[in-house]
Amino acid sequence: MRNPYLPYPVRIDDVTVETEDKNLKTFKFTFLDPEDEKRFAYKAGQFAELSVTGKGEIPIGIASSPTEKGFVMFTVNKVGLVSSFLHAMKPGDVMGIRGPMGNWYPWEKMEGKNVVIIGGGFAFTTLRSSIVYMLNPENRKKFKDIHVIYGARSPGMLLYREELAAWERRDDIHMHITVDAANDPSWKYNVGFVPAVTEKKAPPAGNDTYAIVCGPPIMIKFTQPVLDKLGYPHDKIIMSLENRMKCGIGMCGRCNIGKEFVCKDGPVFTLEQLNQTPREY
Amino acid sequence: MKIIQIDKSQWASGLNQAAAAYRLLGPLKEKEFHSFKPLVNGALPDFSCLNTRLSPKALVYPQSEVMFDYSLDESIEDHHQLREAAKDYSPRAVIGIRPCDAKAFVLVRLNFDTPDYQDPYWLRAYESTTFIGLGCEAPCSACFCTSAGCGPYHEEGLDVLLADAGDHYLAKVITDKGAAFMEAAGWKAAAAKEAEATLAGLRQAAEARITSFVPTDNLRSLPNNDLYNATFWEDVSFSCINCGTCTYSCPTCWCFDIQDETRGRSGVRMKNWDSCMYPLFTLHGTGHNPRGTKLQRVRQRFMHKLKYFVDKYDRGIQCVGCGRCVRLCPVNIDIRRVAMMMNGFAASGEACAIES
Repeated sequence: MRNPYLPYPVRIDDVTVETEDKNLKTFKFTFLDPEDEKRFAYKAGQFAELSVTGKGEIPIGIASSPTEKGFVMFTVNKVGLVSSFLHAMKPGDVMGIRGPMGNWYPWEKMEGKNVVIIGGGFAFTTLRSSIVYMLNPENRKKFKDIHVIYGARSPGMLLYREELAAWERRDDIHMHITVDAANDPSWKYNVGFVPAVTEKKAPPAGNDTYAIVCGPPIMIKFTQPVLDKLGYPHDKIIMSLENRMKCGIGMCGRCNIGKEFVCKDGPVFTLEQLNQTPREY
Repeated sequence: MKIIQIDKSQWASGLNQAAAAYRLLGPLKEKEFHSFKPLVNGALPDFSCLNTRLSPKALVYPQSEVMFDYSLDESIEDHHQLREAAKDYSPRAVIGIRPCDAKAFVLVRLNFDTPDYQDPYWLRAYESTTFIGLGCEAPCSACFCTSAGCGPYHEEGLDVLLADAGDHYLAKVITDKGAAFMEAAGWKAAAAKEAEATLAGLRQAAEARITSFVPTDNLRSLPNNDLYNATFWEDVSFSCINCGTCTYSCPTCWCFDIQDETRGRSGVRMKNWDSCMYPLFTLHGTGHNPRGTKLQRVRQRFMHKLKYFVDKYDRGIQCVGCGRCVRLCPVNIDIRRVAMMMNGFAASGEACAIES
């Protein structure tokens, strides 16, 4: 019996400050036992429990893509006890990772379809994983048009800025980056909230188009009516939820929405599924 | 399986003999209340109590349980890595557990033993334990086991079922585990032919004494979101003080928290019972709380037991009718009444919740 509470030991390989407020850092981890990397085989959209020994665990979306080998990557917002302590940790420090957990974006169903990714703020992590996964030469041909609508409060609050710029230059992905406001005159992308940009830039709805939505509750609240207006059917709107979690394996009882556990039956649900459950997220 | 007769004169000696192979546990009185304790130095289980105040779930699932220990001392090779804590899973036997509490473990197992993940702590503790149950002759007024998928002589989850037949016990051996225990205790006298009829008579008499019921027949077919949005939750939750007594005393409540506790440079990671009655249970790091109000939390408890569980497993309700929450709730919230409201719910007919 494998103990699902036992994390794989990892070492912090690299720490990057992502945003101008320094509240988001990206951590790259390598497994102390290289065999554990194989055991940690994951898909874009899953999450893991980061285990800081002596402080506790936090559930965080996996920001690296399964096509990236030799490390796993997580972007963490500094919020509570564990994440604050983690932010003070340095390359070389040892901690743990438990996972991968939960389901993933429906890659099998989305094959041969258009994919529009709609993200806001620091919920962009598993979306980065998804984009890197889809843009992998092996995988790109499996999908039709890819659109990305990604917004943050200001240019300095965007995650993965170098990658965003690189994706902007490609012709096999349509990037629609936006900020709530920019006082930088050299800002050459969109200004406006994600729902408004979605209304203007999202591709037309159809049976061939999936929307993946991931962001803060306020963004989701105002984006959903826009997608409705554009005619996206609810089984084609894919959402990734967050709730307080401890075990990550559907046992500790706190993250449920009705009979579904966000940690184990989710975090990815279609809007059609969410319509059947209490909105306790 | 067979029925064995244990003369009460052989009771203490048999337990004594079994103690060589098993760690024995049973109800003992401490101050005013009974609880399950190790039976050491020849202590005998006290069968005079109707049931223990707290359920025996802690025997398998301790209120606080260390999973791992660790060192933060960097001069130690495996510093900051979790090490499995030492555990004792040698055989043990629980003597005198009530059928409702034994059935509760069967329900809780659905949570801890799934196709995807198995909780090793719960499972190893459960599997190393033999359950010697004691049928309930005289249930109390808050017991409603017969309508909660259980009963005073219910056998599910038991390895042996004991019935008090005056100068002797009739022991119905239900599983191989139970047979092994009987052998270890040296109890092997086959009961007389009438034993089966005696047992059935005791069962029927006990079942007839249970006069309180929960209706559950409509729960599965009622639309989830309609029940969730019912207006009676305001009424149900009004007096609740979110003390958590119901969840801690419940044999089928399984929610837990995970915490690290460090002293100096070493510490432990532990599982602790938690409760859906507490706001912190679901509080997000951002301050947002999906169950931030008392109403939402009370609704979660009853919806989980009487609807989500029913829908998820199709094994009845997540309740065995032990009545502890009914007896112990300081503001008299009664799951039987809530079950009645839920089971009788009709979305359109719900004009005034106060009247129900």
